[in-house]
Amino acid sequence: MFDVKKIREDFPIFSNQPDLIYFDNGATTLKPKCVIDAVSDFYCTHTSNVHRGDYAIAAQNDRLYDGTRKIFAKLINCEPDEIAFVHNVTAALNQIAYGLADEVNEGDVILLSKAEHASNLLPWFRLAKQKNAKIEYVETDAQANISVDSFRRAMHGKVKVVSLAQVTNVLGSVQPIAEIAEIAHSYGAYVVVDGAQSVPHMKVDVKELGCDFLGFSAHKMCGPDGVGILYGKRELLKDMAPVFMGGDMNARFSSDTNVLLKDAPVRFESGTPNIEGVIGAGAAAEYLMSIGLDEIHAYEKELRAYFLEKLSQLDNLEIYNPDNEYGPLAFNAKAVFAQDAAGYLASKDIAVRSGNHCAKILHEIIGTDQTIRASLYFYNTKEEIDRFVQAASEISLESAIGIFF
Amino acid sequence: MANSLLNDPDILRELIMDHYQYPHNHKLVDDDSYASVHMASDSCIDDITVQSKIRNGVIEDIRFDGVACTISTASTSMMTDLLKGKKVEEANEIIGNYFNMIDAKEYDPDLLEEAVAMKNVYKQANRIKCATIGWKAIREMIDESEKDA
Repeated sequence: MFDVKKIREDFPIFSNQPDLIYFDNGATTLKPKCVIDAVSDFYCTHTSNVHRGDYAIAAQNDRLYDGTRKIFAKLINCEPDEIAFVHNVTAALNQIAYGLADEVNEGDVILLSKAEHASNLLPWFRLAKQKNAKIEYVETDAQANISVDSFRRAMHGKVKVVSLAQVTNVLGSVQPIAEIAEIAHSYGAYVVVDGAQSVPHMKVDVKELGCDFLGFSAHKMCGPDGVGILYGKRELLKDMAPVFMGGDMNARFSSDTNVLLKDAPVRFESGTPNIEGVIGAGAAAEYLMSIGLDEIHAYEKELRAYFLEKLSQLDNLEIYNPDNEYGPLAFNAKAVFAQDAAGYLASKDIAVRSGNHCAKILHEIIGTDQTIRASLYFYNTKEEIDRFVQAASEISLESAIGIFF
Repeated sequence: MANSLLNDPDILRELIMDHYQYPHNHKLVDDDSYASVHMASDSCIDDITVQSKIRNGVIEDIRFDGVACTISTASTSMMTDLLKGKKVEEANEIIGNYFNMIDAKEYDPDLLEEAVAMKNVYKQANRIKCATIGWKAIREMIDESEKDA
């Protein structure tokens, strides 16, 4: 039984901000006490570097840090040594693009979609420019969904890399990654998945997806900031070139500039990592698994359906993704600039995001470059939705300016 | 009389709405004698261009266009009304007072006329950049014109 009231007790912010309605979960998520404690334990009881100390708390620290790989391996069904800790999903995608540079040559194609976040576009734009390769976009429907047929039409022999979000960040379009991966692999292309908006919200199994790489961020799944998880198939990570060279990632080097790197995944973790963040991320992943990713997914779907039903009754709004059954709702109040509308909601203690949400070519699909995005998580409630809908019904040009007086 | 009206929140709200829906001097010109500044604030999608014609220490014309929120649009529209035809020294004094108001410091409301409608924006820290986007553009062009002079 999914008990949201009990779950909310795990989050100290709800007692510190009793009036806050936090619907900006696509941007970042709130932190449960177990994550805060895991981070704070590092500061209070076992502060030390990793892979460098010969003393007891350093050993404890190593055990916790490296043990976190096992937690994430369980979360996404891979091996612990297929998990590298980087700084966020952006860093993960940049590492993958850098690592695949030798596979992309002049005239080759990198296949993306126009609904992608900047972090899954710009690393590829740069690679394409460097290699004289081409960027192509899979055709989507009006709510940014890719059909298997559309993907099949977009795929051809020149495509070397396919990189797509499993769930898009503005419209919540869920892409058929397993089918996409199968088709892409039949052409010998690599399949990269941006899991920033999927892994926190649903059971993601890399074996079922069949992807070669997956990146996601801890802070979008109740974990600390500054931790990204890079999954790659072992045989691909094994020889992949790291973006950063430095401490801990090398085995030995000599004055004649010969360098022997450590094996993956440590070779992707140069310099002192965000140790407390990684340990906190592990606590977050365990917390989500203790609630159950399937339960979280089912509850969020139910919430979203309720939200859509209520919100679509309002005449003053235009909703851009009513047919998607998952993820955030993206909308505008008619004749009100998105930031002005978000300002009105903020005056009612409601947190949403307005603007283009870093998806700066999505407007080519939905025809507007600014929306309000209300994104839910498993700690949100129908009561909050009711309050949100009441506030949303009041949005007008007049009320949005009224907040200044 | 004028001042008492400009203390009435309903009037100030109407003023912002009016300048947003029907912005003044809202059309760019294709004329080399105008200086032009493109302002795209860093964290939102306001994207406006402000043009001005400054000659012999006088702001002869100011124009703007672009996509922006109510506060950006209205504050820029008010700025064009207020500074058009002013000598650069007068304009600088008005601009200084406006930025003081936005920073919640002391200012002379009489100099700002309708732009006092922006007096509460400082309470919403994330909107301060909206209320200053057009004003920064004209300040930049005045500074340039003084360098050239």
